[in-house]
Amino acid sequence: MKIDAETVKKIAFLSRLNIDETIEDTKKDFNNIFAMIEQFNEVNTQNVQPLTSVNDANLVCRKDEVTSGGNAKAILANAPEQEYGYFVVPKVVDVE
Amino acid sequence: MSKLNKLTIAETLKGLTKKEFSSVEVTKAYLGEMKARKNLNAFVLETEEVALAQAQKSDEKYAKGMQGKLEGIPLGIKDLYCTKDIRTTACSKILENFVPQYESTVTQKLLDDGAGFLGKLNMDEFAMGGSNETSCFGPVINPWKEELNLVAGGSSGGPAAAVAANMCAAATGSDTGGSIRQPSAYCGITGIKPTYGRCSRYGIIAFASSLDQAGIMAKDVRDSAILLETISGYDSKDATSAKIDVPNFEAFLGQDVKGLRIGIPKEYRPQGLNEEISKFWDMGIEMLKARGAEIVNISLPHTTYALGTYYTIAPAEASSNLARYDGVRYGKRVDGDGLDNLYINTRTEGFGKEVKRRIMIGTYVLSSGYYDAYYLKAQKVRRLVREDFIKAFEKCDVILTPTTPTPAFAIGDKSMNEDPVNMYLNDIFTVTANLAGLPAMSLPIGLSKDGLPLGLQLIGRAFDEATIFKTAYALEQDAKFERK
Repeated sequence: MKIDAETVKKIAFLSRLNIDETIEDTKKDFNNIFAMIEQFNEVNTQNVQPLTSVNDANLVCRKDEVTSGGNAKAILANAPEQEYGYFVVPKVVDVE
Repeated sequence: MSKLNKLTIAETLKGLTKKEFSSVEVTKAYLGEMKARKNLNAFVLETEEVALAQAQKSDEKYAKGMQGKLEGIPLGIKDLYCTKDIRTTACSKILENFVPQYESTVTQKLLDDGAGFLGKLNMDEFAMGGSNETSCFGPVINPWKEELNLVAGGSSGGPAAAVAANMCAAATGSDTGGSIRQPSAYCGITGIKPTYGRCSRYGIIAFASSLDQAGIMAKDVRDSAILLETISGYDSKDATSAKIDVPNFEAFLGQDVKGLRIGIPKEYRPQGLNEEISKFWDMGIEMLKARGAEIVNISLPHTTYALGTYYTIAPAEASSNLARYDGVRYGKRVDGDGLDNLYINTRTEGFGKEVKRRIMIGTYVLSSGYYDAYYLKAQKVRRLVREDFIKAFEKCDVILTPTTPTPAFAIGDKSMNEDPVNMYLNDIFTVTANLAGLPAMSLPIGLSKDGLPLGLQLIGRAFDEATIFKTAYALEQDAKFERK
């Protein structure tokens, strides 16, 4: 299928990216890439279960217990902005 | 002892044990080579002081006879591995100032066995790329035919070039679709991606979690075996790591390959396959035959669809994994009006072109209305790709193929830059092992007429790296590839 500029713009927003300057190039690349991907439509996958993991083993349960914690300083060490032991972000709640 | 950096790890360990030279001397030899070959752009961070301090400690351990299995061996670490207090960027601007507060399990295991770290190695941004050209630090130059400005491959271009040019004893790599094997082939070194689950992914910056696997890039098969044993094993911090015993891989080197059944998949010889690659593949087949191995023709019928499957699943997982780079908790932040614009500005400035492309492909195939047609379809084809291998391994014990369809190409290659699909096509022989979760190794087999290394790939059954090592060692003995 053909992907148009409008769709590219929508995907970019969903990805939280701004690609306004390269929409045409992106559209072209997308259409080439999806032409390659869509070759798999030739494969009959009726009655085939999707493979989500190559691990045959079931996930193991561990004891529900605290294994780490008290690392606030390390967790905040790379924060672009922090105050009082919290990450700081722009105001997100508007009060009317 | 001026060429200490040319020794293999096995040779170095022997010399260190016999006290023929010290770890400080070995480390200095590698540091010297790193300085002399800065033009290759293999290292993005050099940790000279750390390396020398570790070497000093190692020498003390040798003096006391308390050395670990890798005591005093200086390694290079792909910049995808979190190393405590050592900047780790995944070669992305969005992590340009990121200093991990913890150590990845794989690098911790190497440290525990006594290895030292020379620095962090260049790679494609977030391991997305096949030429190391998407790195925010720029491409790596292939040490073979330096004057031609060829790519070292990708995504582990830095590790491949550094090992080939004797700038480190060996390196860690990671492989999501061929990122260890393809650069290893281009640079004439040995690289192994073990079975999915063999090594812990804890502390390795995630690209596509169901495909990512740690691995080793080394000067030869023996060094790969020694190192893989160290980094393997279950880790409670990675729920997908496997509770399966780790064999002594080195013990399999030199074992007879007589009677071993070598599978040759016809789908890996498409029309128009590079003649020299085809010739070296035949040569590999003959070498094993001469040693009494049985050659079995096999078919992996869904190979053609593997690339499209890979380029659906990997971007889908990447778009989800890379959602964490939002400018809030760590990494780059570019302010904007409101939270959405902070996200958008941060990600637009922080990510490079290829990473953005893949995030968008992934977002698209996971989006409402397209999920079934792309993502779910890909997961179904993935099962068929895996079943191809399961069936093939009823008839053979290990599979031999070329690693790449061509030797290394030029940095800035026009056709690959014009259409990303041309770049993706370099992965056709390698993505299948990731989709199926199987172990696979690339080893150098010879030089093209232009003097460029070519590699062969061995693919094994799940958790049967041992047979790969045994077969690879036999091929290595016969090929007598001369490393740099």
